[in-house]
Amino acid sequence: MSAATLNLDLFGCTLPPIAWPLVWGLAGVLTVLTLGALAAAILPRLRPARDYANLRQRVNSWWVMVALLSGALLLGWQAMLVLFAAISFMALREFLSLAPARREDRLIILASYLVVPISYGWIAINEYGIYLVFIPVWVFLITPFLMAIGGQTRNYLQRAAGFHWGEVACVYTIGFVVFLMRTPANEPMPAGPAGLVFLLLVTTEANDVAQYCWGKLVGRHKIMPTVSPNKTWEGFLGGWVTTAGLIWLIGPFFAPLAGVNLAIMAVLLPLAGFAGDVTLSAVKRDIGVKDSSHLIPGHGGILDRIDSLTFTAPLYFHLMTFFVLHR
Amino acid sequence: MNLARLMFLTLMARPLAAFFTGADVVGRERLPKAGPSIVVANHNSHVDTLLLLTIFPARLMRRLRPVAAADYFLRGPIIGWFSRSVIGIVPVVRGSGDREDGLAPARAALAAGDIVIIFPEGTRGKGVDELGPMKAGVARLAAAFPDAPVTPIWIEGAGRVLPKGAILPAPMNCTVLVGEAIGWCGERARFMETLRGSLEALKKSAPPQRWLSDLEPDPPPTSDAAAASAPPPPPSPHS
Repeated sequence: MSAATLNLDLFGCTLPPIAWPLVWGLAGVLTVLTLGALAAAILPRLRPARDYANLRQRVNSWWVMVALLSGALLLGWQAMLVLFAAISFMALREFLSLAPARREDRLIILASYLVVPISYGWIAINEYGIYLVFIPVWVFLITPFLMAIGGQTRNYLQRAAGFHWGEVACVYTIGFVVFLMRTPANEPMPAGPAGLVFLLLVTTEANDVAQYCWGKLVGRHKIMPTVSPNKTWEGFLGGWVTTAGLIWLIGPFFAPLAGVNLAIMAVLLPLAGFAGDVTLSAVKRDIGVKDSSHLIPGHGGILDRIDSLTFTAPLYFHLMTFFVLHR
Repeated sequence: MNLARLMFLTLMARPLAAFFTGADVVGRERLPKAGPSIVVANHNSHVDTLLLLTIFPARLMRRLRPVAAADYFLRGPIIGWFSRSVIGIVPVVRGSGDREDGLAPARAALAAGDIVIIFPEGTRGKGVDELGPMKAGVARLAAAFPDAPVTPIWIEGAGRVLPKGAILPAPMNCTVLVGEAIGWCGERARFMETLRGSLEALKKSAPPQRWLSDLEPDPPPTSDAAAASAPPPPPSPHS
């Protein structure tokens, strides 16, 4: 075992070396989760009048999500790619099932799922340039053309926008998480590519949880009542400060961030998380649903869980790239 | 054979349902926990049966008996074997009208303590997510077993995954909404009315997992035609 990394043998297979910050980071996540589980077990006894079923469900679901994500992080980029391709597929299925579509669109919906393996395929063969333009340019152009061949022009723009929204929000933006795992090893990274992803996921989800907790505890003033009636200024600001502080504290252990760069990331990432949350809320409100499905008990659908990530993943990726190119 | 059916339902049908529909259930706690019991659902697709067979816990799976048309589901030896042994259908003869013997197999299943699944529309609808006219056989069954709870279920979206006549299934989320069980009220017409009301209420609470064309009826053709024909047609010599 070298000093810089933890090397594990699993049934005779050697796992990719795990950087020590990642070990401590995952231990920290498990600690927070255990505290959450304790709170969900103790709070109902302290205040029996209130219903904590949702809190318990939320925490239970977090165990499953944390197990899947940390397992994939430790196994390497291939496992992350498979996991996130599955997440993208389920999110896209949720989205296309609710988006405005007409009977004639059924085969185009079927074809749309092909975008998931193709888009993730560019990540697998490390074709960053093609990945960047595949969905925003080519899928954007080809899908409306197929719709035109289908011949139904009623609600055409609305339907085409639905397809494009689905592909970008559920596949393109989420894919950047996996592309981080493919960062060349010669870049300076304190905890390897997995450390970069760990910091993104932990701070994005921490922002969601912090906003939720601050809002529940001291939330009074509604921030976007027509879009997200449960969101408050207190939740937003509390989440912002908490997450910015968290990034400032733990960022340097997982990513090549320091000084001004670290400060920029700490300020912008929580904002992006909030923006993703309320933007997807606006989409859902337009469709007329509160949750995109009931897949994750206590949370709603996959899309409800990754809404912040659709904004934070590309922001994080592009800031990191910018910092590397301008150092 | 029960083991083969259980293996098929848990190892094949369940993952298939999850992949193609997301298998969302609202009100799972309202599903019957034992037989004899009657489950009533709307019908747009074979996916309806797939969903209803897989949302129950494994210990109840051997009790699930979908009522199905003998002429369709027993039309060949292989399909017949699959329908009887794997799907576990109760074959009924379509168009047997008020003759009681048509439903005899369903009554036998209820007498044996099974959970009988009925699609009272009688056939898969046109995929328009509207509840078609319902046949009264379900009321006759409920009258014969007045203590068996009748659980209404609305399935939203299945007609899009595999509409009647389609070969390729398209993965699209569906929602199974389970309603409060209703009992036999002693009168056929009133029972059917309660049942329809209950199904319509469930439908109303469903997420809009349906085609746009079903949500918004086409505007009257006159306005469309007026908009499409920008230059007025030259006056015909006959006018």
